[in-house]
Amino acid sequence: MDEKKYAKLEKEVSPKTPLMRNVIFAFLTGGTICLIGQFVSMFYMTFFDFTERTASNPTVATMIFFAMLLTGFGQYKKIAQFGGAGSAVPITGFGNAVISAAIEHKSEGYVLGVGGNMFKLAGSVILFGVFSAFVVALIKTILVKFGVVSW
Amino acid sequence: MVARGLLTFKTTPSIAATGVTAGPLEKKSPFADKFDKVYDDERCGTKTNEHAHAKMMEDACMIALSKVDSVPGDADFLLIGDLVNQMTPSNFAATTVGIPYLGMFSACATSVSSLVMAALLTESGMSTCAIAGASSQHNAVERQFRYPVEYGSQKPATSQWTVTAAGVATVTPYKKGFPSIECATIGCATDLGMTDPLNMGAAMAPAAADTLTRHLTGHGKDVSDYDVIMTGDLGKTGFELYKTLAGNQGFDVSEKFRDAGEEFYGADTAFLSGASGAGCSAAIFFTEVIDKMMAGDYKRVLLIATGALLSPLSFQQGDTIPCIAHAIELTMK
Amino acid sequence: MVSIFITAFIVGGLICVVGQLLFDVAKLTPAHTLCILVVAGSVLDGLGLYEPFIDFAGAGATIPITSFGNALTHGAMAEAEKHGLIGVVTGMFEVTSSGISSAILFGFIASLIFKSKGKVK
Repeated sequence: MDEKKYAKLEKEVSPKTPLMRNVIFAFLTGGTICLIGQFVSMFYMTFFDFTERTASNPTVATMIFFAMLLTGFGQYKKIAQFGGAGSAVPITGFGNAVISAAIEHKSEGYVLGVGGNMFKLAGSVILFGVFSAFVVALIKTILVKFGVVSW
Repeated sequence: MVARGLLTFKTTPSIAATGVTAGPLEKKSPFADKFDKVYDDERCGTKTNEHAHAKMMEDACMIALSKVDSVPGDADFLLIGDLVNQMTPSNFAATTVGIPYLGMFSACATSVSSLVMAALLTESGMSTCAIAGASSQHNAVERQFRYPVEYGSQKPATSQWTVTAAGVATVTPYKKGFPSIECATIGCATDLGMTDPLNMGAAMAPAAADTLTRHLTGHGKDVSDYDVIMTGDLGKTGFELYKTLAGNQGFDVSEKFRDAGEEFYGADTAFLSGASGAGCSAAIFFTEVIDKMMAGDYKRVLLIATGALLSPLSFQQGDTIPCIAHAIELTMK
Repeated sequence: MVSIFITAFIVGGLICVVGQLLFDVAKLTPAHTLCILVVAGSVLDGLGLYEPFIDFAGAGATIPITSFGNALTHGAMAEAEKHGLIGVVTGMFEVTSSGISSAILFGFIASLIFKSKGKVK
């Protein structure tokens, strides 16, 4: 049997990805996490001196704290199996990537293990975020210089 | 036809005893009460997953030796392997038990490849007692091949759960009343272009079907000669594919076909496609199959352990997944 | 007041649906998916669209990883406005420090407290 024929057979036999189910669960999980984020955000705006935009900083930190607890007690991976991208896309997913790597590599010590591996999953997000921010800001700066757009 | 990769053992070495240890989650397995030792702690009282991995293997070796009233000093060879970094768990276990040691690697097919090697050494007269087997530890394997254990990623229905288990067999010259090794087939590494590391069963199925075909035609056997033909860790998806491929070859795919990976955790859907890992086939072959042979339920069995020969590096570099399957035939005379 | 909660839920959920489609239809790994979403957030901010989006959806826009790209770009552009080209580099982490610093901090604390467990359910 050649590769093409086998690929076709494999597609037929392997269980299909339940796309509708995954999309709905991702929507509900992601929506719920953002809803909790909104409550946290409201909390900071009501009880501290934050505005809608500045409240995002402490909100993000708080959400990552929640992610730490859920990851440490072994619950985040269960939420992820259920919610898919719904738990990966929110900032808690970024936190989970960092925290799970930190816990896992504890056995190699805090310097080589935790320190050296903390960003092995999340590092690419930082890299592309930074590089993209650089390019976008550079283009905008140049365009402003030439008077095409304004800040 | 030149018998490439086919082995026949005239002296029919025997499997005089087996030792199987498993982790706490494996208590969910319908075969759990057959395991010799089940730990309550996934780190087996040690500090790291890797030490636990080595400890399970040591304990399995000691159990397999004690069943033939032996100590490590009586054994001639230790032939074991696993999947973690240069097989350090097996290496460390070998250091502790102190038996002359050859590390064996055929990924998850190591249970059979080491058994074949033990049979060859016994057949040659150089070994009177050889310990052969394989092990895997979920956390240690998972963090090496996939993600940190606590990382949240959605696994598809085709993905398999690496078992925490170690299984070894004590291979001796022919002994009446014990399963004996009659012949074997060394597999060819096959690659049909599968790339998904979360669907290993599909990658391994062609290797299993190829080895099955080569064993049956090469040794002049038929499916009807066996009481059971059991594969290692194809899982639900891989097992279906393998049966389809075997059916296409004209074999009568019947109830005789079983897969250790598919059956390991019973019908529990949380394990998705089933079990995998070097310890999966070792644990089931050396309990369920050997026990049924000793009880007289099975007279002749064919065991085909399957392994995916990938590394995290080869996968990230975009390579396809080559796979291997080795077959060994046991009889109860 | 209540409407911002509903909007946050729906918008946040929809961004996750985009992520799920990238997983299941485009067959991307989680890492690839998150990188694409971060870049998308960055580009949207470059076009001046992300801040109004936050005003509209609240946490629905700030919690998904897209806001990380937005924050990086926003910091870079704010500094560039003040100091020219140099600011593009120096301002990068001005706004977004909380996400990274809290992830590092809590990651380290977690490694002090927790051990991983291979439980299935």
